[in-house]
Amino acid sequence: MDILFSNVKELVAVAEKEQQPISEIMIRQEMLLTRRSREEIFAQMENNLAVMENSVEEGLKGVHSPSGLTGGDAVLIQNYMKTGKSLSGELLLDAVSKAVATNEVNAAMGLICATPTAGAAGIVPGTLFAVKNKLNPTREQMVNYLFTTGAFGFIVANNASISGAAGGCQAETGSAASMAAAAIVEMAGGTPQQSAEGFSIVMKNMLGLVCDPVAGLVEVPCVKRNAMGAAKALVGADMALAGVVSVIPTDEVIEAMHKIGQSMPSALRETAKGGLAATPTGKALEAKIFGKDKESRDTVTK
Amino acid sequence: MKFRSVFEIIGPVMIGPSSSHTAGAARIGLVARDLFGRQPEWARIHLYGSFAETYKGHGTDVAIIGGLLGYDTFDERIRTAFEDAEELGMSFEFIAEEEEMDHPNTAKLVIGDKEGVMELIGISIGGGTMEVVELNGFPLRLSGHFPALLVVHDDRAGVIANVSNAIAAQDMNIAHMEVGRKEKGEMALMVIEVDQVVNDELIEELRALPNVTQVSTLAN
Repeated sequence: MDILFSNVKELVAVAEKEQQPISEIMIRQEMLLTRRSREEIFAQMENNLAVMENSVEEGLKGVHSPSGLTGGDAVLIQNYMKTGKSLSGELLLDAVSKAVATNEVNAAMGLICATPTAGAAGIVPGTLFAVKNKLNPTREQMVNYLFTTGAFGFIVANNASISGAAGGCQAETGSAASMAAAAIVEMAGGTPQQSAEGFSIVMKNMLGLVCDPVAGLVEVPCVKRNAMGAAKALVGADMALAGVVSVIPTDEVIEAMHKIGQSMPSALRETAKGGLAATPTGKALEAKIFGKDKESRDTVTK
Repeated sequence: MKFRSVFEIIGPVMIGPSSSHTAGAARIGLVARDLFGRQPEWARIHLYGSFAETYKGHGTDVAIIGGLLGYDTFDERIRTAFEDAEELGMSFEFIAEEEEMDHPNTAKLVIGDKEGVMELIGISIGGGTMEVVELNGFPLRLSGHFPALLVVHDDRAGVIANVSNAIAAQDMNIAHMEVGRKEKGEMALMVIEVDQVVNDELIEELRALPNVTQVSTLAN
């Protein structure tokens, strides 16, 4: 089966040779791999964009998870942002609040679009709907933003991992933030190579991040890791657009992430046995949510 | 290549909270139901690794049951799958296993009714994507490069020829094929990877063939 790219080096080379943005190369590869028409593929991504938009809107109204661990922070951040006192800047806080909004909806078992996973679903839409206010993209450019994030995610998923259970949080929010940085660069008018640099700069700052959810719930610290992932994506994109390059090539950064994930102990890969999940407060919350009787957690019969 | 589409990265559209533990789990249940070919009356679900440790918080249990009821990842009825199963009269049991499997997110589903029993081992490999690694004790070695057809059948002369003829009649090319059986004359499994996307018409045709008991498709 024909394939246009299987790593970042090839992706950038094809984009440069064809003089096309990365989003377009992703669409062409999708057409080759699935034999579906451009219209069908574009329409499906447009639908995903609409789902993301709804999740952000829903979260900004204020939602709370059944466990009570998360919810309402997106509203707090938006309200603070509107006072004009923000130190880190309005666009950045807007992205952070919208990332949080999406993840709060996810924790509440609401409808979201995984990007690349549900636990990391806030970063791509959070950054997109914040950058939108500054760059004023068309709807088509917003859909293309998603194809560009998808191109990088596709490479990470096939060459490393996007699963917290396999590779830790670096594989989830790490991938999402790096993918978002690459797409922000493209939307802001950067080159394909600059997208790759943005990806690398962010991923290098996510390496080693473990997956240690309290009580095994996609809430603490997941929601806040989406917040910071969105912030890193914006800063990384700005650095790449400024002309900063990564000393280590993108594919080698991805390979490093993969190897770090493989050497992570299982307690730090989504088993809720280590890290923040194993803190006294983490354990107390787990006992409170699921009851102290471990037996009742292990076997459910109906 | 395990991931073959951009929509496995940007997607699926799903009910939270976890793509691997909720959406991937729902898909394991859904594929099991498809392969079984009907609504099971009972299900015994063994969970391993991270699935065993965190299934309750991630809604892995309701998602698998939802899948067994035919609900897709974005179906809001996943939230009430336990109640729906009870209403339908499907009994179920979850067993958290200590044993370590190759993949941290592994589930073994044993499902059945008065007519028969089926056992499937599925893994959730991230972002909502899943793979079937074992069916009724047959290890599956799918390359993941091509759409795959799984055909459970009785070990009788002519079944393989009938299946390959039906595929050829659709102008489809077989890329790779593997046949295994439990015992001579008993249950057998064909795993067929094809170059083209499998359509519903072909699946119906295969299901109607003599000695074919279950048909399902994966990864297309």
